[in-house]
Amino acid sequence: MKRNFFIFCAKFFLLFLFFNNAFADGSDPKQFIQEIVDQAKEILVNSNSDKYKSDKLTEIALATVDINGVGYYTLGSYRKDLTKEQKKEYTILFEKYFLKTFVSRLTDYSEPKIDVVSAVKKNEKYTIVSSILLATNKRAEVKIDWRVYTKDPDKPLIRDLIIEGLSLARTQKEEFSSIIESNDGDINALFSKLKEFINS
Amino acid sequence: MKKLITVAITVLLLWANVAYAGSTGSEKLKKSSSSSANECFEGFSRAMFSFNQAVDNVVFEPIAKGYRVLPMVIRNGTSNVMINISNLLTIPNNILQGEFGQAGNTAARFAINTTAGVLGFFDPAEKIGFPDRGKEDYGQTLGVWGTGSGCYFVLPILGPTTVRDFAGTVANIWGDPWYSMTVSSHPMMAEGLFNESDYYIEKGTTAVDFRAKNIESFDNIEKNSIDLYASIKSFYLQNRNKKINNSDTIVETQDESDWEEIDTN
Repeated sequence: MKRNFFIFCAKFFLLFLFFNNAFADGSDPKQFIQEIVDQAKEILVNSNSDKYKSDKLTEIALATVDINGVGYYTLGSYRKDLTKEQKKEYTILFEKYFLKTFVSRLTDYSEPKIDVVSAVKKNEKYTIVSSILLATNKRAEVKIDWRVYTKDPDKPLIRDLIIEGLSLARTQKEEFSSIIESNDGDINALFSKLKEFINS
Repeated sequence: MKKLITVAITVLLLWANVAYAGSTGSEKLKKSSSSSANECFEGFSRAMFSFNQAVDNVVFEPIAKGYRVLPMVIRNGTSNVMINISNLLTIPNNILQGEFGQAGNTAARFAINTTAGVLGFFDPAEKIGFPDRGKEDYGQTLGVWGTGSGCYFVLPILGPTTVRDFAGTVANIWGDPWYSMTVSSHPMMAEGLFNESDYYIEKGTTAVDFRAKNIESFDNIEKNSIDLYASIKSFYLQNRNKKINNSDTIVETQDESDWEEIDTN
């Protein structure tokens, strides 16, 4: 009886430890980014093929980036005017576009050395995690901030990358807006541009 | 000539203020908290942008690639010399922005690096507690004083600017002690020590050094943009906004409501 009780307590303790760690991993945005950076470092070694890098980075993006959220942010107020079908088409196109740019941007950095340095909680929904891409003989040190969406603390998601204070999501938003505006508000012009880019 | 430039600056400043004052209350609120700017004449700017890209492909990029062949220590030293000279423009702007502590820091950096740092080639000032806190110019000073950016346009060779920053660029020439030492050879400013060509060599080297540091970044942006002109405009305006706010992070420079919208709609 005593032995059974001991085994039960040990199992309970291990279970507690497991859930506690899982929660800690999910709820700490700094650790969340550190894990992504570590994975990216392993993927972006020169010996890996481009196909392997692309597939693995796509997996990371799908698991850790709020692609739909970024897509809606990028579209700005125009998303309110979309029909259901247009919204569906945009979501599909944006995901393909996003993954292509994500992979292309990262594969240019071979064997990156990134130090995750700090995290600032802005509010319940957002934490900005700061990191530094260390200098090489080709380029200077680069500051990279990650906007982490923490509404669901167990599943943090990346919503923006801020390179040296410049937001990539904001740039994308202004790029999309420019295309729509220069085509008299026609969203189909943006869809055509996205298709052209995806198929290039 | 000076009179003409004074008139031009006045007109441009008025234009900037009119552009700003002409916006509605809500637009004003949005502009003050974000880095957006309307186009002055987009067709002309896009044409200038294409022209600049062509010049870059033929002139600046090949020179920058050649410059990159030089050993790292030479490139870093050259970059340090250019930064050291730019301190001469930063000091008056630190003062005009009311940043007297920063002005002292910049002046100390200039004095130490010019002497112990062999004309700025090395940066001993950093090691003894005078860190580089970035360049300041008259465009940033106008921004700190509350002047709106005015509209956005692209100049041949000089690239992206706004009405406010263009006025600042003009002031950056006439209000730069380095210009007085070299081109105008002011009797109070090291007369005879430098000549006009030194000014243009410094400007050219600064441009090549900047281009060389950003070869991969520019290629990356070009490869991943569906409207490169709009991307560069966005980066330029965000960067100027960041510099005016003297902020290194997005925390103070991005409008949070842009993101909040996603959850409420």
